[in-house]
Amino acid sequence: MLKLDNVTKVYRVGAFGGKTLTAVGDVSFDVRPGEVVSLIGESGSGKSTIGKMILGLTPVTGGSITLDGVPVAPGKEYYRHVQGVFQDPFSCYNPVFKADRVFQMIKEAYYPGVSAKDWAVRVNAAVRDVRLDPDQVLGRYPHQLSGGQLQRLLIARALLLDLKLLIADEITSMLDASTRIDVLNLLAELKERGLGVLYVTHDLSLGTYLAERTVVLRHGRVVEMGETDKVFGNPLHPYTRQLLAAVPRLHASWEEAEPVTDCPYHRGEASGGLFEAEEGHFVACARLESCPE
Amino acid sequence: MSLRVSDLKVYYKTLKGQVKALDGVSFEVGDREILGLAGESGCGKTTLGKSLIRMDGRMRHIGGTVELDGEEMPIGDDRRMNAFRFHEVSLIPQYSMSALNPTRKIGKMVAELLHSRGVALDAGKLRGRLDAVGLPHEVLDRYPIELSGGMKQRVVMVVSTLLDPSLLIADEITSALDVSTQKAVAGALAAFRDDGLVKSMIFVTHDLSLTYQIADTIMVMYAGKLAEKAPAKEIVEAPRHPYTRLLINSLPEVGVRYADRKLTGIAGSPPSLLNPPKGCRFRDRCPLAFAQCEQEPPVVEVAPNHSVACWKA
Ligand SMILES: Nc1ncnc2c1ncn2[C@@H]1O[C@H](COP(=O)(O)OP(=O)(O)O)[C@@H](O)[C@H]1O
Ligand SMILES: Nc1ncnc2c1ncn2[C@@H]1O[C@H](COP(=O)(O)OP(=O)(O)O)[C@@H](O)[C@H]1O
Ligand code: SF4
Ligand SMILES: [Mg+2]
Ligand SMILES: [Mg+2]
Repeated sequence: MLKLDNVTKVYRVGAFGGKTLTAVGDVSFDVRPGEVVSLIGESGSGKSTIGKMILGLTPVTGGSITLDGVPVAPGKEYYRHVQGVFQDPFSCYNPVFKADRVFQMIKEAYYPGVSAKDWAVRVNAAVRDVRLDPDQVLGRYPHQLSGGQLQRLLIARALLLDLKLLIADEITSMLDASTRIDVLNLLAELKERGLGVLYVTHDLSLGTYLAERTVVLRHGRVVEMGETDKVFGNPLHPYTRQLLAAVPRLHASWEEAEPVTDCPYHRGEASGGLFEAEEGHFVACARLESCPE
Repeated sequence: MSLRVSDLKVYYKTLKGQVKALDGVSFEVGDREILGLAGESGCGKTTLGKSLIRMDGRMRHIGGTVELDGEEMPIGDDRRMNAFRFHEVSLIPQYSMSALNPTRKIGKMVAELLHSRGVALDAGKLRGRLDAVGLPHEVLDRYPIELSGGMKQRVVMVVSTLLDPSLLIADEITSALDVSTQKAVAGALAAFRDDGLVKSMIFVTHDLSLTYQIADTIMVMYAGKLAEKAPAKEIVEAPRHPYTRLLINSLPEVGVRYADRKLTGIAGSPPSLLNPPKGCRFRDRCPLAFAQCEQEPPVVEVAPNHSVACWKA
């Protein structure tokens, strides 16, 4: 379905754009229907840039992104199938309008022929699909709803379209632990309905909970990726281990991870490509025989 | 005993009536203790922190007392609180790292802030504190936008503790950071206590697994009241309040997979505190609720240092 091939993004930065910054370097992975892929990395690692390129909000500098073999072409047809939901739900709503205006905008753009009555039925169904009670959330202003409710309404909005792929960028990081799990379960239900989900997060435990496959990003490059069980059951790259060790756990105190060494592969600067360490598990360097160090 | 809060009631005055955000809360924080304060949003955590520093215009001190190091703090009297504010008790507010003035270099901002608090800048001490949290001295010549989230948060930590307060309250300061930065910032906070820069601390977060990493004691609040308070290990390993148990069950631990074990959140949401429900405030979400829960459960010490407000505990 979605395929990224050697995708690179170079931003021009500094006064007059005199310098460049490679935010994403040579990234390749795919997302299949009915699958959650989690994209994991610290802030600044290029996760949102990848999301924006998939959504056609910023062009790729190199490489290609295709959906069912067709290059990303931002526009009405594309957004019928691909939608994004982001970290701060409040920023997606205009505070002077009722929150359900976001649904009306979808109707105007995509379904102008549908009668108001039929549309209301669809909206109610979509709102129930995200496990909200239409009576409690429709007709309210954004400030009268919680972050979790607003976030779920945005997912409901996406569901009104003929959606194939949802980009969920840090959508749980502003939510309470107890609300967070509801939104995660909702994403899991979407995948069971055949959607592909790209779940962007810095929190490995959330990524492991949901995703079939995991991509670990560092300084814009993939350091390790593959089946989630393998990446976390047998993390090979020291950076992945370090991230894992930083996740706060109940019943266990933070442990010290081995420091990331000075190897350019560890720093994520060199691009030696990924080695298949075991079936379905790829890693840049790590203690493999092929490590150039 | 560092902090002793007795039957504290702080309400917000609104057009619709009083919001009973803190409704009779009692607890203590010992010397050298880090108290983790947990609970969903809307439970009164931020209100508690603000009450100990500065009430906003709509907050009213309705009842109860707060004692810090044996001295009663006049929390309802904004002017008399000046003697305590930042000097004895300090707060790192929620979102403070995004609130740094973008037009001021960090060094200038610190000097201005101290000036507004009537204190001269001790440059040597400031540099020492930057060292303590692992920030290079150059940050003083930088603008906030030039710093990462973790660096900004550490700047705020340094600024909040420059006057050597006895008690430091940190409100959700790690929530916007990624996991490795969270770990570093939480570690730096714990070091403040370990190195005696502050005597005691209240660490506020909705994330129990994070609190567990640095708190000695954890207090769970629900709807403006204390639900449970116990040593951190005991809260996590032997929680007695149904709310604490549900909070813990909603945490995805590394390795738990949706396909193997579906976790559940807590159905419903905390009640509005404008007209809080009678009896146990958790009743409409509690799987164990029974007839007696229509009466308010008292806070009972079920084991040494372990208090619970639940008829079933
Ligand atoms: N519009 C932009 N112009 C210049 N640099 C940018 C822009 N957007 C992001 N960057 C830079 O690209 C890198 C990756 O950013 P981002 O994709 O937002 O990472 P993440 O989502 O993982 O935090 C960062 O160094 C960031 O500063
Ligand atoms: N300025 C305010 N005016 C009226 N009610 C408020 C105000 N601030 C907070 N509240 C209410 O007080 C209760 C406790 O809020 P808060 O202390 O912010 O909780 P927490 O920090 O645990 O999320 C909530 O019910 C909230 O709606
Ligand atoms: S007092 Fe009753 S309703 Fe409240 S937590 Fe205990 S069992 Fe549940
Ligand atoms: Mg991002
Ligand atoms: Mg708060």
